[in-house]
Amino acid sequence: MNKRSILSLGAAFLSVYAANSHAAYALNLKTPATEIASQIYDLHMMMIWVCLAIFVVVFGLMFYSILKHRKSAGHVASQFHENHWLEVVWTIIPVIILAGMAYPATKTILAMKDTAASDMSIKVTGSQWKWSYDYLDQDVKFVSTLATSDDQIHNKAEKGENYLLEVDNPMVVPVGKKIKVLLTAADVIHAFWVPEFGIKQDAIPGFVRETWFRVDKPGTYRGQCAELCGKAHGYMPIVVEAMEEDDYNAWIVAKKDAAAAADAGADQEWTKDDLVAAGKGVYEKNCAVCHQVNGAGMPPAFPAMTGSAIATGPLEGHLDIILNGKNIMPAWAAVLNDVDIAAVIAYERNALGNNTGDFIQPSAVKAAR
Amino acid sequence: MSTNTATHHDDHGHPTGIMRWVASTNHKDIGTLYLWFSFFMFLFAGALALGIRAELFQPGLQFLEPENFNRLTTLHGLIMIFGAIMPAFVGFANWMIPLMIGASDLAFPRLNNMSFWLMIPAALLLMTSIFVPGGAIAGGWTMYPPLSVQNPSMSVDMSILALHILGVSSIVGSINIITTILNMRAPGMTMMKMPLFVWTWLITAFLLIASMPVLAGALTMLLTDRHFGTSFFDAAGGGDPVLWQHVFWFFGHPEVYIMILPAFGLISTIIPTFARKPLFGYASMVYATAAIALLSFVVWAHHMFTTGMPVAGQLFFMYSTMLISIPTGVKVFNWVATMWRGSMTFETPMLFSIAVVFLFTIGGFSGLVCAILPVDIQVQDTYYVVAHFHYVLFSGAAMSIMGAVYYWLPKWTGFMYDETLGKWHFWVTTIAFNVTFFPMHFTGLAGMPRRVPDYALQFAEFNMISSFGAFALGISQLLFLYIVVKCIKGGTKADAKPWDGAEGLEWTVPSPAPFHTFEVPPTVK
Ligand SMILES: [Cu+2]
Repeated sequence: MNKRSILSLGAAFLSVYAANSHAAYALNLKTPATEIASQIYDLHMMMIWVCLAIFVVVFGLMFYSILKHRKSAGHVASQFHENHWLEVVWTIIPVIILAGMAYPATKTILAMKDTAASDMSIKVTGSQWKWSYDYLDQDVKFVSTLATSDDQIHNKAEKGENYLLEVDNPMVVPVGKKIKVLLTAADVIHAFWVPEFGIKQDAIPGFVRETWFRVDKPGTYRGQCAELCGKAHGYMPIVVEAMEEDDYNAWIVAKKDAAAAADAGADQEWTKDDLVAAGKGVYEKNCAVCHQVNGAGMPPAFPAMTGSAIATGPLEGHLDIILNGKNIMPAWAAVLNDVDIAAVIAYERNALGNNTGDFIQPSAVKAAR
Repeated sequence: MSTNTATHHDDHGHPTGIMRWVASTNHKDIGTLYLWFSFFMFLFAGALALGIRAELFQPGLQFLEPENFNRLTTLHGLIMIFGAIMPAFVGFANWMIPLMIGASDLAFPRLNNMSFWLMIPAALLLMTSIFVPGGAIAGGWTMYPPLSVQNPSMSVDMSILALHILGVSSIVGSINIITTILNMRAPGMTMMKMPLFVWTWLITAFLLIASMPVLAGALTMLLTDRHFGTSFFDAAGGGDPVLWQHVFWFFGHPEVYIMILPAFGLISTIIPTFARKPLFGYASMVYATAAIALLSFVVWAHHMFTTGMPVAGQLFFMYSTMLISIPTGVKVFNWVATMWRGSMTFETPMLFSIAVVFLFTIGGFSGLVCAILPVDIQVQDTYYVVAHFHYVLFSGAAMSIMGAVYYWLPKWTGFMYDETLGKWHFWVTTIAFNVTFFPMHFTGLAGMPRRVPDYALQFAEFNMISSFGAFALGISQLLFLYIVVKCIKGGTKADAKPWDGAEGLEWTVPSPAPFHTFEVPPTVK
């Protein structure tokens, strides 16, 4: 190959590389989107440079010694084995360096912990394996789950650009506002982590912990659960969309309208076929992670749906376990609306190899709550 | 120094065949058992790691469903820590401490036998838990509740029992080592004349006695939460899941130093030998080791910076953690100063030791980065942390063990190992290790969480590189096995002191070391 073709090959490679939005071979923290995240970014860069400088000095000396003070080079060993002056110096200098690191770190910590004077609060609940968002000042709440298809995960379909980092309902926030996040969990410990915001806070069942962020630029920011929370721990991403205030207000109105429409649906009379059809989506999104898409389950921890004593037994028992949970089975009362629950009951009883022929109206679910 | 090798005792009827090992009360035989046991567990847990790396070779799920992936990461961690690294150091303690201090054996030979044989049922419990209904323990080696309470599998209880048994074994072993060191030193060997390996083990043994009961307490609370209706870790019953983390890491952080202090001792023994120069700053090495051990009890919550503790707690644990880098730095400076103006040669043990100093320091620096709390918020529970603790535990602990095996193989077997093959093993291990773990700094910084079987596409390239490295690293350890077996079978006869720069009583007895040594204690000037 001549020099020219190597160059053009290199250019071609570079342009492919640049066009690749996956940021392959990313080496460093993500570009910060908040003040805190950029302070962290700077702290980390300072640490890198200081450590690198010490490293070069210490190991420069070591490799010089390895090169020069070797027997094969004829070097004769001297027998010194202490030097109090030197030992004091190399104890004191690190203390000074550490103090220089601790000072800016302390300032950032104090800023991170300051959740006062926030503009709005969002309660975020982690549960296996989804995030629920409750806008405390707006009466808006919804559940957010992974949107990547099972086929992509099992290599049966091509993986999309945001593989594993996409959700059905993102968290939406206005830009320029200090947003307090109140974190808790329903079952086990999860951790709410958005790298570009510089926040990672454990969500602990039975307790509420706080953190905050203020994002200035509109955009989509992606994170993940960061605390091992069971088998689908790798599949509970967080997506935050930051919008201008007007867009955010419009989104709030749309969310409220959708909730009202769903509520109205609960009072209608539904046919079995409509419910079964709606139930497929609810089942695959919420239930299939344990009971499997085909209903085979993963015994003994996760029983099969096909032929299940509950899904083919009395309707009341079936409804009860979905609303209130039992052992590992979570309670769905707070997560799914009446239509969803009626639909998933109809689906579990009349699909997945079951055929009881019976079902329950959304209004009956509402009454049972 | 006088020497008494007393070989006539060799033939006065100790058991032979399998009973030689089952009933052994000889520190050398039990040391050998510990070392082989730990090597077997190292290969087993390493094979689990290759399962992890196979699944992570590409994004998507190829070989393992997520829960099986979690089982592999959990068992890999538990077995490497409790089955491979810790027993290997106990093996060195058994073999070398009596030889180094001029004692005829450990203080309590029968307890020593018990310490070892307790490990077998514990290891069997851990390994067979893979086959019980519900599968092996899957919540991470840290076993955080409520996840570990939620898991219905019997394997969790088997693992708890295994750790209880290992704890008893460690405590008994530590008492034995402390008693031996304090009471059985040869006349003239004052505390400040002890080889540094003996010092580091003395301090490690105190750490074990102080921390293992804490783990036992935490495990017992977990067991009663699982089966007897208590709610130590359940908020619904008035408990707190974070309590586990406090108690666990109160054990867990000293545990980290239990796995690294003896390694410091090994490195401090090997480097002076091949630099042909006394260890620089012996006294400050002892004080630094003690300082690290004391500090290790007041830093535990740096593993919990994201739990949301009060700001005063966060600051305290950040500052105390940063302080640890001072005595650790002193050690690194001392090792470099020991090499300085020496007359160095680079046999396999020395190569491993130099690599440990270099690579462990990388792990030390990434540890300092993690200590800076705001930065830790970004890297906690990511691959950055995975890189950090493998630089400490593989290129710190495991590679110093390898170097020390080469160092004392001539003393143990009476033959020299194959130097060429040893160097091959060193270079392949070191390169493969870095190919495996260095890229994890980058994937972690860029946002890849740990303990996930699948990842976003941006991490694909580095994960593929890590997986290639891991398989090379795994396979190269079979070469290690081959070299050791070859050395046991024969080779060039080793002198009593095969390394011309070596110091210490262990080199005054013949190679291989006779079954009984120092029945008449030597005198140290
Ligand atoms: Cu989670």
